[in-house]
Amino acid sequence: MRYSTSITRRCLMATAGLAMGLAAVLPARAQDTIKVGILHSLSGTMAISETTLKDVMLMLIEEQNKKGGLLGKKLEAVVVDPASNWPLFAEKARELITKEKVAAVFGCWTSVSRKSVLPVFKELNNILFYPVQYEGEESERNVFYTGAAPNQQAIPAVDYLAKEEKVQRWVLAGTDYVYPRTTNKILEAYLKSKGVKQEDIMINYTPFGHADWQTIVADIKKFGSAGKKTAVVSTINGDANVPFYKELGNQGISAKDIPVVAFSVGEEELAGIDTKPLLGHLAAWNYFESIKSPANAEFTAKWKAFTKNPKRVSNDPMEAHVIGFAMWVKAVEKVKSTDPDKVIDALPGIEAPNLTGGISKMLPNHHITKPVFIGEVRGDGQFDVVWKTEGLVPGDAWSKELEGSRDLVGDWVTHKCGNWNTKTNKCGS
Amino acid sequence: MLSCERIIALVFALGLLIAGALGASAQNYEAALAGFTKDSFNDTDSAIGAVAASGNPLALDVIQALQDGRLLFSGDKVFIKDKAGATLDAATGKPAAAPPDAANVRLNNRLRRSVEAALGGLTLMSNDPARRYEAAQAVFKSRDANALATLDAALAKETDGRVKRALSEARAAVILYQASASENDKIAAIGTIKERADQDARGLLAGLPTGQGATVQKAAADAITSIDNRLALWNMVQNAWYGLSLGSVLLLAAIGLAITFGVMGVINMAHGEMVMLGAYVTFMVQEIIRARNPALFDASLFIAVPLAFLFAGSVGILIERTVIRFLYGRPLETLLATWGISLILQQAVRTIFGPTNKEVGNPSWMSGAFEFGGITITYNRMWIIVFTLAVFAALLGLLRFTRLGLEMRAVTQNRAMAASMGIRTARIDALTFGLGSGIAGIAGVALSQIDNVSPNLGQGYIIDSFLVVVFGGVGNLWGTLVAALTLGVANKFLEPFAGAVLGKIAILVFIILFIQKRPRGLFALKGRAVEA
Repeated sequence: MRYSTSITRRCLMATAGLAMGLAAVLPARAQDTIKVGILHSLSGTMAISETTLKDVMLMLIEEQNKKGGLLGKKLEAVVVDPASNWPLFAEKARELITKEKVAAVFGCWTSVSRKSVLPVFKELNNILFYPVQYEGEESERNVFYTGAAPNQQAIPAVDYLAKEEKVQRWVLAGTDYVYPRTTNKILEAYLKSKGVKQEDIMINYTPFGHADWQTIVADIKKFGSAGKKTAVVSTINGDANVPFYKELGNQGISAKDIPVVAFSVGEEELAGIDTKPLLGHLAAWNYFESIKSPANAEFTAKWKAFTKNPKRVSNDPMEAHVIGFAMWVKAVEKVKSTDPDKVIDALPGIEAPNLTGGISKMLPNHHITKPVFIGEVRGDGQFDVVWKTEGLVPGDAWSKELEGSRDLVGDWVTHKCGNWNTKTNKCGS
Repeated sequence: MLSCERIIALVFALGLLIAGALGASAQNYEAALAGFTKDSFNDTDSAIGAVAASGNPLALDVIQALQDGRLLFSGDKVFIKDKAGATLDAATGKPAAAPPDAANVRLNNRLRRSVEAALGGLTLMSNDPARRYEAAQAVFKSRDANALATLDAALAKETDGRVKRALSEARAAVILYQASASENDKIAAIGTIKERADQDARGLLAGLPTGQGATVQKAAADAITSIDNRLALWNMVQNAWYGLSLGSVLLLAAIGLAITFGVMGVINMAHGEMVMLGAYVTFMVQEIIRARNPALFDASLFIAVPLAFLFAGSVGILIERTVIRFLYGRPLETLLATWGISLILQQAVRTIFGPTNKEVGNPSWMSGAFEFGGITITYNRMWIIVFTLAVFAALLGLLRFTRLGLEMRAVTQNRAMAASMGIRTARIDALTFGLGSGIAGIAGVALSQIDNVSPNLGQGYIIDSFLVVVFGGVGNLWGTLVAALTLGVANKFLEPFAGAVLGKIAILVFIILFIQKRPRGLFALKGRAVEA
């Protein structure tokens, strides 16, 4: 492995050298454009999810340029490939900010990649728009979280199951890393506060890419035979989902008996599965492609035309980028500058329409307001919305369910602090 | 669950009452149908109950169409689309063209349960024993008190033993949950359910509402204990079966590596990508079959196996001829070169097919499961075990009984001697590497049935494959078999206690310790073939 890093590094240096050379040769061109960084993995394990987000950003930038660009300048997308390698995310972020001088970066998928680039964005003072649902417990000055916080996805989904499906026993199944662990901790505390007993909660973690689900599915079946309605809350991530659902289907567990509600399974993930055995299983998101609204119809049509693929689906993190990009454009227009400090101060309070017919707003804690939808899997790989929240739900940076974070709020407007303690009125826990 | 049953029961009762009072079922039926046109889950739910209770001969068709997603509505009209695609007016049963804006009546999980319960009630008297069995199972789950009369009638004339048992179990379930049933009836019902002795039966007994008589409660508790004891025993069998199944997957993935690494000594990091290529061949075969001749779909895997073998085998030969043959005897360089090849292959597939998962369907004979005693055996896992053993036997036969096998063994045992006997060793090297890669390709066909078909498919198996081959003893096929099955079974017996993550770690630690003690694995090669 030592060899490989040195090769990568040499390669990197060469690329960097080349980039610097080019920058020296073409200084004039750089000034006519505003550069926007796109930091999504195009190779490696996460390419399956992140490539789409790169494409959607390219489409949004192209569209903005057709409208005349921003502040009279054209936007220029700078695409880099962090190759699903977490330390490389930080290197590439540094390259985007220092070499390419981008005005803002749209990127990252996994929480670990976000944590890896965080010090870079703080040090170099730039802006990151992070489009994926995540575990919360964070509010940083340089990051804008356009995906869902746990209270915008996990908690409403559990409420739905308890109310509509009368679920009394819960299986919390997840992949073993920070997002499922934190989300399950929040959910466990929430369920207990609703009077669910410890013996009615089963928590299970599996490694990344787990392929042999026989034992766990059999355990779920056994857990579900206690005479109480049982449901699975799944934070299983990425590739492990397909064999999980296949095993459920093969062992004859249908959504009628034990429904599974997933937080990481959307239209893109279902594109690789025969969805007939999944009929009726649930997903909680802030956007579904099947939602009927003029904005969504226009977006999906444009997306299919841009990718030249009539079967290309759209999903929730894509919508998050659409909202995030629109908010950034509005903020830049408001302060008439791409200077990160000015834009960061201008962003809270900015509103942008989401694709499901509402208006999302950037909050002082750098999270946004979103509607929450529960969808059931249809035979064609899309979702039927069976429930939605009234109006939009503001994202909580710090969960109200956890002991350590109950009193914290993120407030970058009045307190200029990501973890303001409302009890002690001090910054920091 | 309860409230939804109550609604159904209410609607049933109401429906029966009205039907009895007016004797005009046609009107009720049409009125009930209107509920489907509201596009509201609650209205659809009442409509299901009312249609089922109407006694109209079309009711079964309507509910069946609803379950299959073939019930359409437009304005205030409801249409049934039959399997051929023609539409009928649901009110009259006569052919009628549905307007273009006709939309499917939507279902959610609650409604699917109602549909199942309604269908169960309607098909208890069906002529087809399989349908009667399904109906009995549906009633067992829904415990719909209104089905009791039909159940008794069906039981009286049932001749098929299996269906009869299912019917009496369903009857017992209904009686057990009926508040008005006598204690003796309930205790008899518990006896019947206890004999069923599976997890559904346990769930039924454990979910018994409180407020039963003391004797009933005791009988139920005893029955649960007895079922639990039986299930605990079956649990061991189940773990062993799952272990066998996991072991067969490991063996399948490792068996090609046992050739390239075990026999030839090439540390082939691109082995996993050969598996991935095999899976993509399966995908291509299925795509072509879907487009050209969907009737052949069940045979798609049989077509894919030889193609995957040939394709992955040719890629293997190409790699051997262009890269590996220059690196024999230099393990570190081989390792790096093949690792590079694996990255190239992954990215090539990603560029051609895109980064997302590809859908590989299961043929009908590989979907579903059957009950064997107290465990559920899924067909895909069972066939993979059979397939793995067949591949293993074929490979052993090839090495033992064919000229190519003889030459392979000769070259790997003593290259110089084999060459001087007139064997073209370079050709044998290429063919051996091709064989190993081809078998990896076949493994890809089988793994596409249980795992994702994505460019990353191979990465998940490469480490496990090396573990199996090293643990079993390099250069020994039987060792690979024993090692794969041992690791599989050990993993599955550890998993329930330690969890999937810790279980995997424990296995790894065990192998490290084992290799310290016996560096050459379980079955070490002896004799002159072993270089010092």
